Amino acid sequence: MKIIVCVKQVPDTSGKVAVNANGTLDRASMQTITNPDDLNAVEAALALKDQTGAEVIVVTMGPPPAEGMLRELLAMGADRGVLVSGREFGGSDTYATSQILAAAVNKIGVDAEDIVLCGRQAIDGDTAQVGPQIAEKLDLPQVTYVAGIEKDGNALTVKRALEDGYMTIKVQTPCMLTCIKELNEPRYMNVADIYGCYDKPVDVFDFNTLKDEPLIDVNKIGLKGSPTNILISFTPPQKGAGQMLEGCGKETTDKLAGILAEKHVI
Amino acid sequence: MAFDNMKLEDFKGVWVFCEQREGKLMPTDLELISEGRKLADSLETELVGILLGDKVEGLAAELGGYGADKVIVLDNPAYAVYTTEAYTDAICQMVEKYKPEVFLVGASNIGRDLGPRCAARLHTGLCADCTHLDVDTAVYQDFLKNNSVLAEERIAGTDKALVMGEKKDVTKELKMTRPAFGGNLMATIICPRFRPSMATVRPGVLKKGEYSEAKAAAVQVIKEEVAVDMSAIKAQVLEVVKESRKLVDLVGAEYIVSIGRGIAADVEKGIALAEELAEVLGGVVGGSRVAIDSGWLTADHQVGQTGKTVHPKIYIALGISGAIQHKAGMQDSELIIAVNKDANAPIFEIADYGICGDLFAVAPLLTESFKEAKAK
Amino acid sequence: MDFELSREQKMVQKMVRDFTENEVKPIAAETDRTSQYPAETIDKLFRYGVMGMCVPKEYGGAGADAVSAAIAVEELSKSCASTGDIVATHNGLCCAPIMENGNEEQKAKYLRMLTEGRKVGAFALTEPNAGSDASKGTCTAVLDGDHYVLNGSKIFITNGYVASVFVVFAMTDPSKGTRGISAFIVEDTFPGFSVGKHEEKMGLHGSPTAEIVFTDCIVPKENLLGQEGKGFKIAMQTLDGGRIGIAAQALGIAEGAMAEAMDFAKAREQFGRPISKFQNTQFVFADMHMNIEAGRLLLMKAAQIKSAGQRVTLDAACAKLFCSELAMKTTTKCVQICGGYGYTKDYPLERMMRDAKITEIYEGTSEIQRVVISGNIL
Repeated sequence: MKIIVCVKQVPDTSGKVAVNANGTLDRASMQTITNPDDLNAVEAALALKDQTGAEVIVVTMGPPPAEGMLRELLAMGADRGVLVSGREFGGSDTYATSQILAAAVNKIGVDAEDIVLCGRQAIDGDTAQVGPQIAEKLDLPQVTYVAGIEKDGNALTVKRALEDGYMTIKVQTPCMLTCIKELNEPRYMNVADIYGCYDKPVDVFDFNTLKDEPLIDVNKIGLKGSPTNILISFTPPQKGAGQMLEGCGKETTDKLAGILAEKHVI
Repeated sequence: MAFDNMKLEDFKGVWVFCEQREGKLMPTDLELISEGRKLADSLETELVGILLGDKVEGLAAELGGYGADKVIVLDNPAYAVYTTEAYTDAICQMVEKYKPEVFLVGASNIGRDLGPRCAARLHTGLCADCTHLDVDTAVYQDFLKNNSVLAEERIAGTDKALVMGEKKDVTKELKMTRPAFGGNLMATIICPRFRPSMATVRPGVLKKGEYSEAKAAAVQVIKEEVAVDMSAIKAQVLEVVKESRKLVDLVGAEYIVSIGRGIAADVEKGIALAEELAEVLGGVVGGSRVAIDSGWLTADHQVGQTGKTVHPKIYIALGISGAIQHKAGMQDSELIIAVNKDANAPIFEIADYGICGDLFAVAPLLTESFKEAKAK
Repeated sequence: MDFELSREQKMVQKMVRDFTENEVKPIAAETDRTSQYPAETIDKLFRYGVMGMCVPKEYGGAGADAVSAAIAVEELSKSCASTGDIVATHNGLCCAPIMENGNEEQKAKYLRMLTEGRKVGAFALTEPNAGSDASKGTCTAVLDGDHYVLNGSKIFITNGYVASVFVVFAMTDPSKGTRGISAFIVEDTFPGFSVGKHEEKMGLHGSPTAEIVFTDCIVPKENLLGQEGKGFKIAMQTLDGGRIGIAAQALGIAEGAMAEAMDFAKAREQFGRPISKFQNTQFVFADMHMNIEAGRLLLMKAAQIKSAGQRVTLDAACAKLFCSELAMKTTTKCVQICGGYGYTKDYPLERMMRDAKITEIYEGTSEIQRVVISGNIL
């Protein structure tokens, strides 16, 4: 049994977010972290490994330094890593990204008992699209917003969060699940695996490695394969200095509610 | 299944996926129909709702009342509860049959499951979690003028975009605007080479329009059927459980109403008022050190240096003076509202909006005003 | 010369930093206030391989080096010196002497207990009348057939009432002074072992300090650690390594205090501006930073020498002396910067100041370190 976890390295937006003069993100000045929801997916995989002895494979698409993140996941207990990296993959939107990641997952191989895990969404884009799109391209059943997983023979019983409750879903393997933070509390790295993570394999899949995969079609990857374009990106106007509202009656609170409604914050 | 070599001009009409749960429309459906109406008018085309469920034909009139010209209804017991596989199959088949130009889906937990799966199957682009949609370029450029710090000439240049190395006129494209990096950056996305242009739209952001009895009566219902084999579905829903909201952890909360020394005169009432206000916003109650040390709230409610550091969308401080210890835990909130009797309280220095008054009088008014604003 | 940490050392630093931020910092004040041993935290530190981290993998450890071990104690001590102390004692004063002096059977049994077995270790040298001068110890061990009989008591024992494994020093031949001292591995379940008074201390409230008492305590002969009469040498060698742990703890306290004071100074406004804008405050921070960096270099040099298996007596004493005095000075200054707030329990600085004091005392007082240093250079 294999558990393949797709992870993304993202800028840490919990601190100050730096923006260039032209409105793009100043990535160079920001720390990178493993996307938080992806850590829940890794933890889910490691918990299943603790139960069943499954092999845990962490996969990421990114520039070569993303290997550092994979090593950290190996130091948490994952067994091997795959770094999908190549110039041909650059400029991909979510559609093209999932095309490439699906090809990489297919190359690793998805067998009858296997599970593909993703985080619900990445904090840089918040799109929540890559997981379901990988599932579609590999023709796997999917469950998103997963808040509980129980293995049940060749199926999983999964708790799927809704805004006002949850669904219990029985899903056959192989399948793809996207994980949310309610699912678990990710473990830390541990010292023994830290002193072992550089002995574990990390394979690099570049364009040549993947070019014979049926999903790899130059019209469906990279900038050329991305259906969406960014028309423009911009920063919202700076927050003005605070203001004291006049009065303290209903007309004042109405005025405030009006301002907030206009800002779409309530 | 995907459209290869698509001819963009073959695609007409604006579609809205109308999500139902337990046979009832979701509030977002009406927001999307109302917004879809405007987009359809800009594109001089029709607005179509697509509705899947079990005996849901009767919901079509309401969708019509908010602006839908037509509603495609797929009535089947298999659609009573959402499953990715059955819904994706049906919707993709309908899209391929009718070829809409724009397809909007509410960004609910279900819409965000369905949207990307459909976009991948249809080979088209999807912009997730949009907060603003435009077709009309002049309207869009006005929006940029009011909501960005972009220079005039950059705004003026948004009628064209570089697509596959060529400048392309995008005045008839759906322009989908969304926040990224926690709202620190906004981006407008287009899907100029594929159809439909798909967007999931954040619930509660777009406004519901006026209801028209005449339009409700005029709506055209198109009944469609797609073969469903429920036994072939690999992700089966065993049960759906409704839960009242659990107390959310302060750190993850989007709305926090905190109380401090100001409630001392009537602690029970003060807490109740804070809870009511938090309830309206869908948020949680926090407290300053005084509120915790006095035993008014348990320690897990404490915001501040020795408590939790929070960054909600809105932080409301009721009767909190704003000691440095407290500020350290909440000054990074996206928006801070302070209510305090003392006009010189330090909390007002960091508040975006301050109200000088007695919290016992102001808090219930805030609750009422917010309730009314949200109902609109 | 390379001032970069290795990639594994950087990961240990990141991991323990995250752990400390999430698991240690939130309960540090409560641990201090209630004098509660942080049992859950220590259990997690076993799970994550921090407890017993230098033990080789074949005995259940992680095979980490002394630099990583120092970094772990430093990071924990930034938020809670008590937790740092428990870990430093377990690793440096119990696992280390068994690793360095134990025979194969002792290592196989006890190092596994101290890692996978999740049993806490301790080190018992100090007696009521034998602190800095170990030759005046009155705890005795008499060989009787297949076992030794221990009598006497040890005081101020870190991890005293939670540990299961003790490295104990006792006189096998009182007439020979320090050459009559032998080392033993004693389990808390051995007949005649008991825990005496729990100490109430000025600081380090989460670190469980107690007296342990031997009353005709039966210790199997095979639990003699090293040779008879070599105990003093084992103790001194162990303390050389242990002092690196205390230096790391002290450095962590100083860093933790400075970070708290910086946050305060940037936010606290007086006379119309943040106090961090006053040159007087700025110069205090400049000096603190410089001294912390100097302490770090001394600490890292000693840890590096220890990792390389070379004699570390002089460098460990320098690092311990410098860092412990640094911790005391830095915490005192930080309380001053924060004024009335710094003196209250709303801020962690008064706790850090109380915790810092012990680093100038235990595992060899500052005076003893000066004796060691001068003895090595004169």
